[in-house]
Amino acid sequence: MMDILIYGTVNSVVFALMAVGFTLVYGVSRLPNFAHGAIYVLVGFLTWSFVHDLKLFYPLAIFLSVCISSLIGALIYRLVLIRLRGLPTSEIIASFAVGLIILEGLRLQGIGGFKGFIGPFYTLPSFIDGKMKILDVLIDYQRLIVMGGGFAIIASLWLFTHYTKMGLSLRAIAQDEQAAMMLGIDSDRAAIVSLSIGSALAGLAAVIILPLGNVVVEAGYRVLIYALAVCIIGGLGSWAGAVLASFVLGFAMILSTALFGAVWESVVLVGAIILILIFRPSGLLGKQKELEERV
Amino acid sequence: MLSPDALRLTINGGFKFNLGLHGSEKLNQQERRKERLDRGIKVRTEGLYALLSWREMSYLLVPRMVLILGLLFIPLLLDMYWQRVLCVAGVYALLALSFDFLAEFVGLVCLGGAFFIGSGGYIAGLLNHWMGWSPFLTIPIATVAGAIVSTLVLLPCLRLRGIYFAIISFMFPLLTVYVIIALNIFGGTEGITALDTFPNIWADQYLILGAVIVSLFAMRRLVNEDFGLILRSIKDNDQAVKASGISITSYKTKAVFIASLTGCFGGAYLCHLYGWVGISQFAMDFSILPIAATVMGGMGTLVGPVLGAFILTPMSEALRGFGQLRVVLYCLILIGFIVYKPEGLMNYLKRKFHQFEHWEDV
Repeated sequence: MMDILIYGTVNSVVFALMAVGFTLVYGVSRLPNFAHGAIYVLVGFLTWSFVHDLKLFYPLAIFLSVCISSLIGALIYRLVLIRLRGLPTSEIIASFAVGLIILEGLRLQGIGGFKGFIGPFYTLPSFIDGKMKILDVLIDYQRLIVMGGGFAIIASLWLFTHYTKMGLSLRAIAQDEQAAMMLGIDSDRAAIVSLSIGSALAGLAAVIILPLGNVVVEAGYRVLIYALAVCIIGGLGSWAGAVLASFVLGFAMILSTALFGAVWESVVLVGAIILILIFRPSGLLGKQKELEERV
Repeated sequence: MLSPDALRLTINGGFKFNLGLHGSEKLNQQERRKERLDRGIKVRTEGLYALLSWREMSYLLVPRMVLILGLLFIPLLLDMYWQRVLCVAGVYALLALSFDFLAEFVGLVCLGGAFFIGSGGYIAGLLNHWMGWSPFLTIPIATVAGAIVSTLVLLPCLRLRGIYFAIISFMFPLLTVYVIIALNIFGGTEGITALDTFPNIWADQYLILGAVIVSLFAMRRLVNEDFGLILRSIKDNDQAVKASGISITSYKTKAVFIASLTGCFGGAYLCHLYGWVGISQFAMDFSILPIAATVMGGMGTLVGPVLGAFILTPMSEALRGFGQLRVVLYCLILIGFIVYKPEGLMNYLKRKFHQFEHWEDV
């Protein structure tokens, strides 16, 4: 019982970390960032390369990778998506294509001496090794760091969007773009900032979560699917909804693993998405967009 | 009196003076612009006067006959390897057709064409494996059954905005692969082998080429009927359609069903082409190449995606030695076209064919 609770919380925080970047970008600028999973995996591989090939100090490698991820996010907007604003089909296609370029590009072999990242050989070291017991449940330090780091990141995101000028302007654009533009908030600049922060969040999620396992390219698709599932269940664009939905989904998957076995996880995911779409299409907390959601 | 140039200068100078514009503001004084006019022969052929002479009739018929006869005669020019490539290109052409139909005529971006291929392929493979029916039975049944399954899967998100359709259609091929691997059903990771194939290579090719031609012209006909008009207005302004008393969800459902018919036919055909179905029928390749073919070929014209597929597939075959470079290349081509030349090849050709342009003084 207690281990379901603790591991469920860890799982939920993992989902929340993956999803909050995507929700931020979609909430602010209505851009689905299908390159989210790609940036996640890219940061993992970049950190691995910095640590192993360039022999950098681990925290420095992490810092550099997260900075590069936010730069990539800003570049994706500035080079590709800015020309496609207002064309929903083209935005979706273009961001999907960018994500695929990054993901499949990491699998390339033999181009200019670049050996692709294939195979389960790439792991990131944990921050602190060791385990401890909480309430009779054996849990390792990395998972505790995931939990603590996740809460810290979500709390700092809340503080950022409620108390800093930039964060408040992002919330303003999310609520009503026209009114915010009338007040002088530039929507392109807000989109660049939101994409950088969203990609940086993906990168942070990567460096915290990836030490728990291997770094493989398939994780990019998996992360994107989890992020999309959490956002749909919580309501696209609603940040509190994403956190709530990540807890719902995390506990649902842990419970299904405990009760039915690990193979039914994907079925639970599919079932949860379909249930939400049938009974509450805007998501659990997607209240303000209700009129536009249903056609 | 005044020369045209002096007149123009005065007018421009007066304009500037009257509005009191600052010197720092750069007025883009264009001396000439491009004017596009429909060709006379196009205007004549739009109505009954198309039957006026052989010239008008051939203006209408020649492009279409070139397409049909070209597609039907290409197999005679190729050797065995490239004939196989042509078959696969036909499957991609069907997928590109369905993507273009959904994206440009209904407003739904389908990022998971692989799901159509996979569902059609698996149903055909299972029918052949468990019941032993011949391809003549399994392909039609798998087409319709696969379309029903795909529509049911995508049904919950058809009430919502287009972004939900994109997300769900992206997730479903990958989720289905996870479910198949996890539950180890339908052959698991190895797939189902030893299925019936077609009698000879000519049957392969002409079946798929016939299917491509029939679907292309059928869809062309469909979008020009009332049904297509309603679909296009759903894309433009769905609230207006709803206010006219038309049920949007039912039309979207029908459109998804029609689009998935072509996709599932391609999947069932592919299963009997290779004699094998596996989880690679859900590969990302089937999702991204139709999108790249559509964007390159010209979104909106149904011919463009077909031609784009027939161009991109041999190109990807030629690059087979480079592994995943193909997908990177499709995506680069896609982004290049969508950012710099969104009209695509076919729209450009159509414009050149139907209209002439000249520079005109402003």
